[in-house]
Amino acid sequence: MGVSKLPDQVVRLGVLALAAVAATLYARHRFVPATFGELGHYRGAAVGAAANRKIQYAGAAQCAECHDDVAGVKAASYHRTLSCEICHGPAARHAEDPEAQKPVVPRERGAACLYCHEYLPSRPTGFPQIIERLHNPVKPCIGCHNPHDPKPSQVPESCSACHAQIYRIKAVSHHANLSCETCHTVDARHRQEPRAFLPQKPTAREFCGRCHSREAKSPPEIPRIDLTTHGGRYLCWQCHYPHFPES
Amino acid sequence: MAEERTRREILGKFAQFPCAAMLLACCGPLASLAQASERRYNAKDHYYGMGIQVDKCIGCGRCVEACKAENDVPREPFYFRTWVERYQIRAGGEVKVDSPDGGIHSFPPTEEDKDVLRSFFVPKLCNHCDNPPCVQVCPVGATFKSQDGVVLVDQDYCIGCRYCIQACPYGARFLDPRTSTADKCTFCYHRITKGLLPACVEACPTGARVFGELKTLASPLRRMMRMSKLAVLKPSLNTEPKVFYSDLDGEVR
Repeated sequence: MGVSKLPDQVVRLGVLALAAVAATLYARHRFVPATFGELGHYRGAAVGAAANRKIQYAGAAQCAECHDDVAGVKAASYHRTLSCEICHGPAARHAEDPEAQKPVVPRERGAACLYCHEYLPSRPTGFPQIIERLHNPVKPCIGCHNPHDPKPSQVPESCSACHAQIYRIKAVSHHANLSCETCHTVDARHRQEPRAFLPQKPTAREFCGRCHSREAKSPPEIPRIDLTTHGGRYLCWQCHYPHFPES
Repeated sequence: MAEERTRREILGKFAQFPCAAMLLACCGPLASLAQASERRYNAKDHYYGMGIQVDKCIGCGRCVEACKAENDVPREPFYFRTWVERYQIRAGGEVKVDSPDGGIHSFPPTEEDKDVLRSFFVPKLCNHCDNPPCVQVCPVGATFKSQDGVVLVDQDYCIGCRYCIQACPYGARFLDPRTSTADKCTFCYHRITKGLLPACVEACPTGARVFGELKTLASPLRRMMRMSKLAVLKPSLNTEPKVFYSDLDGEVR
């Protein structure tokens, strides 16, 4: 009993089966990528490809290695949790070669600050926010706030910090040289809690008359009226705007 | 990093002495070799997750911006690896969700609406599910869960059939129009394997995003998970997400 004794059809089937196995192996070798199945049902090399992308954000620790002065100031400020590259943009190339790329410096009003500090009711309670339209229009944020050491709203030094519109119109009027306190008595606490402590306004015609009546002991160039006949039953500011009286 | 700086300082002090400079020249290459070996990344030692503290998110969109810059995500049309949604829940139970341009330019102001009961921001991204449906449906094995738990896409092997985009219950995937391959958040795999934080975590000004190890007790993520009421998105789907939300409103899905 040798191989030659095997029935002919079995030999032929065997050859065919061998050819099929060889073809399968060849196809597998040809079509399945080299590292497929190394780590699982995927190309092992794909993990390396994902890990070898280029880094764009260097990270705050990298920045602090050279800019330790700014990092030190920032570390003690309300912006201590902020990474430098939030405002200055991705700077990995700058970290490698400081000359190759200069990070952006957002100096204009609203260039970087308003993403976080514009008022949105959905923001968590207590997060410092402003309404950009009303908050010292036109002035750049960095004129008053140091972005590396921002301070919560300070007590304003002058009335113009909040009442800018009145301040500007008064500045070109005949009342330019009068301080606000000439006519308004302002409680010192108004600067901390503006709504709780409202300043006083004049209530009577006699108040304006202290300068503008015929009997007033004010400089002679100031226009005079007769308080008893001028304006009848109206109060002065119902016809004249005190912050721009010539209008 | 702190360790590195101290080494640098020590070496700097050494350099002040001329004879020590010789010693430094001999040890320098050795030190860098040792550093390279301790930095060598072994995926089996890591298992990553992310925590998102919803009550800290201010909706500034800096994470979206950072993600786009870091990962070269197409600027337009608006595709996102991570995006921020604004939820507004009205008294009648009506929920309004908006995310203009993914929140990349922050959000437009809302009209004064007394009916809004509560409103908040929810950052979203790929949940890197432990049981990822996108991996199940991929016909060629081009998307997979790596050994460190990150779900990745093999850009060279993807055939762009979009099955995974359909399968993802979180809408975290998109087809990159330039390459016609699926793309999504990788937890910034190129950064985390080098010991850096993902770009969105790096860019978050309030620390709303926490990234770290899931299986190491001493990790910022585990601390956040211990301290917060946790929730995941769509838990009923059994995808077992690895992005954990704290103080998540019941209306978020």
